[in-house]
Amino acid sequence: MQSNVRSQGWIGDTPARSDGPAKVAGTARYIADIAFPNAIDASVVRSHVPRGRILGIDFDPNFDWSDVTIITAKDVPCNEIAEIECDQPALADDQVRHVYEPIVLLACEDKTKLQRAVQRVHVRIEQLPALLNVDDSLACNPLVLGKDNVMCSYRVVLGDAKAEIERAEVVVRGMYEVGHQEQMYIEPQGCVAYWDDAGLHVVGSMQCPYYVEKALAHALRLERSRIDVTQSVTGGAFGGKEEYPSVVAVHVALLSKKAGRPVRMIYERQEDVQATTKRHPARVTVEAGCDRDGTLRGIAVDILMDAGAYVTMTPVVLSRGVLHACGAYRWPTALVQSKAVITNTPPNGAFRGFGAPQTIFAVERHMDRMAEAIGMEPMAFRQKNLLGIGATMPTGQVLNGSVGVQECVQRALEKSDYLRKKSTLGKANSPAGATKVRGVGASVFLHGAGFTGSGEDRLKGAVELDLLKDGHVRVRSSSTDMGQGTETVFRQIAAQAAGVPFENVSVATPSTAHVPDSGPTVASRTVMIVGSIVESAAKELGERVRNEQQQHGGSFAEASNRLLEREGTVVVHRRYAHPAGVKFDDATYTGTAYPAYAWACDIAEVEVDLDTFEIDVVGFWSAVDVGRAIHPVLCRGQLDGGALQSIGWALCEEVQWKDGHILNPRMTTYIVPTALDAPPFMTDLVEEPYTFGPGGAKGIGELPMDGGAPALAAAIEHATGIAFNRIPMTPERLFDAWNESQRERR
Amino acid sequence: MMITIELTVNGSKQNVQASPLARLIDVLREKLRLTGTKEGCGEGECGTCTVLLDGEPVNACLVPFGQCEGRHVVTIEGLVNETNLSSLADAFIERGGAQCGICTPGMIVSSHWLLQHNPTPSDAEIREALAGNICRCTGYTGIVEAVAKASGRQGGT
Repeated sequence: MQSNVRSQGWIGDTPARSDGPAKVAGTARYIADIAFPNAIDASVVRSHVPRGRILGIDFDPNFDWSDVTIITAKDVPCNEIAEIECDQPALADDQVRHVYEPIVLLACEDKTKLQRAVQRVHVRIEQLPALLNVDDSLACNPLVLGKDNVMCSYRVVLGDAKAEIERAEVVVRGMYEVGHQEQMYIEPQGCVAYWDDAGLHVVGSMQCPYYVEKALAHALRLERSRIDVTQSVTGGAFGGKEEYPSVVAVHVALLSKKAGRPVRMIYERQEDVQATTKRHPARVTVEAGCDRDGTLRGIAVDILMDAGAYVTMTPVVLSRGVLHACGAYRWPTALVQSKAVITNTPPNGAFRGFGAPQTIFAVERHMDRMAEAIGMEPMAFRQKNLLGIGATMPTGQVLNGSVGVQECVQRALEKSDYLRKKSTLGKANSPAGATKVRGVGASVFLHGAGFTGSGEDRLKGAVELDLLKDGHVRVRSSSTDMGQGTETVFRQIAAQAAGVPFENVSVATPSTAHVPDSGPTVASRTVMIVGSIVESAAKELGERVRNEQQQHGGSFAEASNRLLEREGTVVVHRRYAHPAGVKFDDATYTGTAYPAYAWACDIAEVEVDLDTFEIDVVGFWSAVDVGRAIHPVLCRGQLDGGALQSIGWALCEEVQWKDGHILNPRMTTYIVPTALDAPPFMTDLVEEPYTFGPGGAKGIGELPMDGGAPALAAAIEHATGIAFNRIPMTPERLFDAWNESQRERR
Repeated sequence: MMITIELTVNGSKQNVQASPLARLIDVLREKLRLTGTKEGCGEGECGTCTVLLDGEPVNACLVPFGQCEGRHVVTIEGLVNETNLSSLADAFIERGGAQCGICTPGMIVSSHWLLQHNPTPSDAEIREALAGNICRCTGYTGIVEAVAKASGRQGGT
């Protein structure tokens, strides 16, 4: 890891992360570690059919239910989980729409008895025909939503792409498919609820306390002032704890109210994999035209996503997929069409990347196909067509700054020695009968930071900074730290802007009763958007103290104490304001889709064993334009960790389905990469500052998820000659494809 | 049925009463309130609950309490003191080996065991020794670097 900017002040420095000592010592308190006196455990009775009508719920009369708290749909004041839509019930009432849909909640002091109780509830369901995949849904077999089973649809139009493609010298068509991906945060979902005179308290593992508060207020018909939602130390999330904790929270709140004591629900791994949201599978069709010299003419993309049974975040995921579908290139014309369809599978939802990895896999693979069609080296073809300052994107957005993509490509090519490897490794250069072949492949990509379109403008996230005794500063925001280091970088940003030492800044635990709504901790928005509000609030706070110093003298600490004595409390409240001129039209899908983009180039080197068909990633180079690395170690941690999730998705992570059930809902059967599977990451930070980010920083949390899969597909293609258009590229699939290619040769 | 067993936990002898089939992880967390040992999968796959049993790393979710009579258990609490960090624990913070932190105690227990048996491991040996501990956050870069650093080597990529 290297940085080309010398550190000045706290931004760019690498102070020890705030939560580090407690985490390495095992004293950090995750939800399962916190003792709630008198708490009882809870469990969920779920559907067992993908679609059906509930005929009745039988509680075994030979079982002692006296100490078991029971909740069914009729006990829910408003049986809806409020997210973007309110289509998902807290508990299924008349119908079930996927096999893991919750129907009955149970809580009991005796954990062993609780497990037995779950077995003694029999839900009678009349099974109905189900939509098990997108093809069933497209065929309306059966029709369950609207007139075509389509949940949402977006379209971007730039010029007349179809006509331009027709006029191009070379036209390439392709179809690309990606599957579900499980977040597999190591700490499962969990929440605890209890009630007191103030109202309802929920503590849990979550990304977005205010989403949970909203869902609780809606389902339990409570005033928001009677609810306090607090994030406990969160053991990974990756989007999986964006919207799902609302479900767990509503469940424990209902049980706790009825039981009259604290109720704790911690999912077991299998239940977590089965019932919670996953990455949306997608099928992406691309048709694009270029001239023989490599000049792009036009692109037409058609995206189909599997939403699962309920809306959750689907419209926004699809939208982000649409807005990234043309990749990091200058297309004079573009047409992106899309739809997400309903199926009777567990609802898909947020997962790092949020629609972009799906479409970037497609466009990057397609760029390789186009390069091949005109006989150009794929990276030379990409370099010829990269976006740059002044370029127009498909929504009409003109890039006006912070575009480090050219630099990323140059650095990654150089550090990885790509061109030499491209000409010396690969199938073409391997001796006949070689059992191990190597190859390199690359991808170039971008990721929009912050909410899509007009989201940030509508939300206007808030933060508050308190002046404390002796010139200390406290940041209050609802942005959560689930491992990425929010707390630490907020301290750095505030320290630098207020002009105080890092050690004098603290960050309050996100709790809706005590912090303002800064918006959810999602969308690569925390550092760039919320961090920028922290920066401006801290600047104002520091100025107020320094004014006091100028007028009445004394040290910063003394001036702070005087101010506090005089005014009681000194609080700076700030809301986000979009930079002037940044506008997006949701109706026409034109304008500035994202205020800034992070850019990157990934290069993967693989070794493929032609006896076992194992794919070993022997090296992975990433050059990433992050704007400014607030904390280079934490920043690299995001990039490497995200890249490995992308590698896992590309090579081994696959959710297997049968009749709407997941066949591999365990860590033994759903394989995520280990230390032995992970390549050495050679990550290089490029810093093209974004004017409105704190210190110039851009959001980079999701970006690294986008590029690994297409780079690996290209590397495998270089090594073996087999071009995968579908992931995961497992040894079994490679074996089949290899045998097929050998047959074709004979 | 409950049994009472004497075992040594982090150097101190304890008499603990629990069902012989209770999992060691639950006894540690619930009876002894040693919550530094975390649960990730409950089936011995993720390594999050790694503790040392008679000096060897085991998944505490797979060890029945009934097998612990007279044995020595070392948990993260016995290896790392929050206010006086070991060089290994400190290296995890410095090199970015801990993000969400839920795998970290188990990871440090396994790393500690490695360094006891091989004080100067290569990167490949570190990766091999930690292959039973899953981390979903870091890509393992910071973890490998942390163990290398604790062994006195600036290594690891």
